[in-house]
Amino acid sequence: MFPRPIQQSSTGAQWLYTIALPVVLVIWLFPLLGVALTSLRPASDLAQGNYFGMPSGIAWENYLYIFTETPIGQYMVNSLWVTIPTVIGAVGLSLMTGFSLAVYGFRANILIFFMFVAGNFVPFQILMVPVRDMTLQLGMYDTWYGLALFHIAFQTGFCTLFMRNFIKALPFELIEAARVEGVTEWRIFVYIVLPLMRPAIAALSVLVFTFIWNDFFWATVLTQGVDSQPITAGLSSLNGQWIAQWHLVSAGSILAALPPVAMFFLMQKHFIAGLTLGAVK
Amino acid sequence: MAVTTDMRAATPAGPSVRRLNQRALAPWLFLAPGLFMFAVYVLWPIGQSITLSFYDWNGLYNQDGEFTGTYVGMGNYAELMTDPAFEVSLWNNFYWLALYMLALPAGLLIAIFLNQTVTGIRLYKSLFFFPFVISQVVVGLMFAWFYAPNFGLLYLLTEWVTGKGIAILADPDLVTFGIIAAGLWPQIAYVMILYLTGLNNVAPDQIEAARLDGAKGWRMLWFVVLPQLRPATFIAVIVTVIGALRSFDLVSIMTKGGPFGESRVLSYYMFEKALGEYGFRMGYGAAIAVVLFAIMMVFISGFIWKMWRDERER
Repeated sequence: MFPRPIQQSSTGAQWLYTIALPVVLVIWLFPLLGVALTSLRPASDLAQGNYFGMPSGIAWENYLYIFTETPIGQYMVNSLWVTIPTVIGAVGLSLMTGFSLAVYGFRANILIFFMFVAGNFVPFQILMVPVRDMTLQLGMYDTWYGLALFHIAFQTGFCTLFMRNFIKALPFELIEAARVEGVTEWRIFVYIVLPLMRPAIAALSVLVFTFIWNDFFWATVLTQGVDSQPITAGLSSLNGQWIAQWHLVSAGSILAALPPVAMFFLMQKHFIAGLTLGAVK
Repeated sequence: MAVTTDMRAATPAGPSVRRLNQRALAPWLFLAPGLFMFAVYVLWPIGQSITLSFYDWNGLYNQDGEFTGTYVGMGNYAELMTDPAFEVSLWNNFYWLALYMLALPAGLLIAIFLNQTVTGIRLYKSLFFFPFVISQVVVGLMFAWFYAPNFGLLYLLTEWVTGKGIAILADPDLVTFGIIAAGLWPQIAYVMILYLTGLNNVAPDQIEAARLDGAKGWRMLWFVVLPQLRPATFIAVIVTVIGALRSFDLVSIMTKGGPFGESRVLSYYMFEKALGEYGFRMGYGAAIAVVLFAIMMVFISGFIWKMWRDERER
């Protein structure tokens, strides 16, 4: 193991490590902790310049205020309307593309695979004008499905890379044996491969959920109003209205961060498995 | 395989031919929906943007639904050459790329710090990873609060040390570095998790052997551990480059390109030109996007080339 396990060091070093861990963590998470505290600080504290001292009370009313006086609840619902269909769509499509590219050795295979991989890395700006124009032409501008359709298509690139490598690592004999038995290709996909894909589906679902929930660029480009804007774009426009009302900005930020954080904590193992794909041989 | 060949020879019109046809057709049927979506929303728009970059277009159609743009040839690119805002954006992109690479050593450092087996370490690792999970919009707002003039902690800190507070986001010379620092926060977390996974898989026997030979500290890290972390380093470089070139969110949230346009980057400048407050210049925006795309293609090609080599080795 590298570095040498701390248990092999002197007691002093072990103590030092035990103390250093929380100290470094607090420094590391300082912006987050600061904003979390500010979100619970009464507005009067900020007005009196009490930004970092003891708050005069815990102001849950900041959260109550943004829920009752701003459309933040609606923004969160809009985010779900974009995020959940995208997760289902991208994972569904990539299960099929990944299966195709992993199992069949046809001529264009590697070319199509690399195209998915490369497409995944292009800057969003090269897609912006045509995608926005097309969405407008199809009457899907400022709707959840207009945004979700784009996300499904784009995320299919990353998901295909993941699914294809995952299926490639399955024992191919399973498929061979089924073919000898005369099982059709579709049934091989549904009854043999799909049941083995659960970990991959879980990993991709949490990752795509987080990516899409956190997306800001496409939300800005393809949606406009309170009725369809996701939380990221909504928070940005609220931020414009709340100039220097940091207790509200903070509360909004914490709310927007909550769902992906919860998702991460619930599905940690899958989340990290998805992110570190390829980091070990 | 041998079985099917024999059967085909014996009964050319039998069910096995159908099966073979099915096997030739199946990959395309499985691919079709995904490939269609990808072609419509990713491949086609790339070509469309490149074409548009040779036009002057305000994004509108006339009453008959016809395209109203005019062909200007290399006009947009010629204009870019003399556009000072483009030059600033390009330089800032360069700073982003160069400074984002700090995420690698920083991420490795934290990973080494956390690669222990004490009680509660799992929770520590997840908490260190936090910044990556939250939206860049939220990260931008958090750092805007941290940097805020007069009461922000950085301002107070610099005031305490030097007697004069620095409002980093209002300073044309420092603003880009302030935003990059905000971007590094989640990026370091990402690199850290890649290296933690990598460290977990370092061969213990090699470490022990090196230890018996008296290797430790830096030499151990450089000659024994880092070579084994190469796959993690490779992925880390890729995601860091992409992260640096996708720097739209933070710039948009923290400064909107200001002050005086000094914090613009290509991704933000493109958006400003094509959909900003000063009118819609789709063609000019497309030309900026093509430049950004070309820069990204250098890295994408390298990545694909490496993958291609790995595929052939298998």
